[in-house]
Amino acid sequence: MSAEIIHDIAAHPKGLKLRRFKDTSFIFWGVIATFIGLGTLAALVGQLIHDGGYRLTLDFLMSFPSSDPGEAGILSAWVGSILVILATAFIAIPIGVLAGIYLEEYAPKNVITSAIEIAVNNLAGVPSIIFGLLAVGLFVQAFGFGQTILTAGLTLALLILPVVIVTTREAVRGVPQEMRQAALAVGATKWQATQHHVLPYALPGVVTGVIIGISRAIGETAPLILIGGLTFVAFLPITRPGDAKFEVIGAVDEYGAPVTPEASESVRIAQDGVVVLPDFSEMPVHAGQVVDLPHGATVQTTASWGDAVASWLPAHWLGSEFTVMPIQMFNWTSRPQAEFLEIAAAAGIVLLAITLLLNGMAIWLRYRLRRSIKW
Amino acid sequence: MDRDFTTKRTRLGERAIELVLFAAAASAMAIIGGILYVVLSEAVKFFGQVSFLEFVSSTTWTPTFDKPQYGIAPLLTGTFMSTMVALAVAVPLGLLVAVYLSEFASPHARELIKPTLELLAGVPTVVYGYFALLFITPLLQRALAPFGIVLPGFNLLSAGIVMGLMIIPTIASLSEDAMRAVPRTMRDGSFALGATRLETSLRVVFPAAVSGIAGAIILGMSRAVGETMIVAIAAGQQPVMVSSPTQQGATVTAFIAQVALGDIPFGTLEYSSIFAAGMALLALTLVFNFIAFALQRRFREAY
Repeated sequence: MSAEIIHDIAAHPKGLKLRRFKDTSFIFWGVIATFIGLGTLAALVGQLIHDGGYRLTLDFLMSFPSSDPGEAGILSAWVGSILVILATAFIAIPIGVLAGIYLEEYAPKNVITSAIEIAVNNLAGVPSIIFGLLAVGLFVQAFGFGQTILTAGLTLALLILPVVIVTTREAVRGVPQEMRQAALAVGATKWQATQHHVLPYALPGVVTGVIIGISRAIGETAPLILIGGLTFVAFLPITRPGDAKFEVIGAVDEYGAPVTPEASESVRIAQDGVVVLPDFSEMPVHAGQVVDLPHGATVQTTASWGDAVASWLPAHWLGSEFTVMPIQMFNWTSRPQAEFLEIAAAAGIVLLAITLLLNGMAIWLRYRLRRSIKW
Repeated sequence: MDRDFTTKRTRLGERAIELVLFAAAASAMAIIGGILYVVLSEAVKFFGQVSFLEFVSSTTWTPTFDKPQYGIAPLLTGTFMSTMVALAVAVPLGLLVAVYLSEFASPHARELIKPTLELLAGVPTVVYGYFALLFITPLLQRALAPFGIVLPGFNLLSAGIVMGLMIIPTIASLSEDAMRAVPRTMRDGSFALGATRLETSLRVVFPAAVSGIAGAIILGMSRAVGETMIVAIAAGQQPVMVSSPTQQGATVTAFIAQVALGDIPFGTLEYSSIFAAGMALLALTLVFNFIAFALQRRFREAY
């Protein structure tokens, strides 16, 4: 009996083969699960290209939406997306980065700091559509910003703020303490040390966070639906030279009727064009001419290069109504006709390409960062 | 050269900068405050006209009818059903990936797989909605037909599945972090007793990391509950009591989006109703986030 036990210890324990088989076969299951994830991504791309690939032409990119799916395009959508994202970045990056620096470098350990941290953590978990409710109640209703690019930019900025704050914190935390101490030791103030020595090293990490946040903002749909991002926008918030330009004399109500119908104004015409009077009669005008125009009249001219350049000023487009790529895609997806689904897919390809590219960039940056910097 | 090193000038600048930084950070509190204020103040108006009892007990949600009824239950069942389907997909797959990456994969494979999977979380949800409606639903219709199940074109099942695929990275990545935080010595102890990697993973590492993993799952759940576009596109928008994932149904989020798609009638009861629904959603996700946060802190403190 005892001899047998000694013998058994030298031999493999019972069932080891099966246990090892289970062990190695788990790798198989792990790989399968991974491939289901990756397969989804591939199927997604494949489906979009299959459905809408052939619609993705330059015309599609340069046309306004239309009730005819054969002619519709995403011009106003991508221009709108760019402008909304510009506004978003302009608000979210400074606030997010400064907040991240404060929490990591300056914040004392007290109740207020932990309240801020709890707020940031909770903000990251708030569903995006709730930000839409905030925007409707606060920006549109209470502040009177209207359903504009400004409102959209603000809303998306608040939405991505936690992402920017958290990644900034991580990046700043990663800079070793010695960098700060060395700067402080030679007489730098705290902000000088932060600005000249901590921030430059934290920058790649911060940029990664900003890219991820921006990519999220580009694909975000729900809060913008609440604000009332339009689904049919046949104009651009910025002007191109040669575009028709309309200038309405006096204040008009929402139906285009003059608020004070009896009043008139003396207007100096800057360019050759046509004036449409409130009774719809037309009157050609010439540059330099000074005319008395009743309220409700419209001066129609073509935009010059000067007008086009001036329209790039944020003050010009922030107050404009807008549509964005995801809203355009959503609108086309919810129509029954197959042709609209095709252009929805084409818009989806563009949207997916942009977001995957941005995410890829962020991943690559993070990877480079981990490899190149060894403190 | 005499210089007064105790000069106050730079100190004042420093103080100003600190104030600016503080203001930026405090904006996070202002935003949370703003959200709570807007949602609650409109919800209060809503409950001024609709009894809270009807809100929680009625099983009919018909705010646009002539005789509107406001029972949140149909929307909650829709949200519950799509979230359960999402979890049924994401929990097994996410945990398999997490165990594989944390305990089996080579560092090189991990470096490659983890970021690639994270791309799944970066896909715009409107694109996922399209995918659910035009890829998953037809696929399921064909797959389920032999079993005599007729799947409508809009259904919670395909929306839930796609939502599950979307939250795989959340669950996998956070669970993997939790498992990797388990100290090496615990694994070594298990290996020394003759356990295989799988046995060590399932009986030592997994239990040790379980609070972190539970936190990851709840965070994924919270994302599924708050997801709007996938259900709005693929699940239909009928607020009915849902008892099966093959039905169509509306979620809390889909209802809010649906009302917003029309001209929002500011100041009406219908307008207030989206804030009441938003309040329910906010309460749900905040509770989930709180639990997840507490669980994750527990596992961080343990080691």
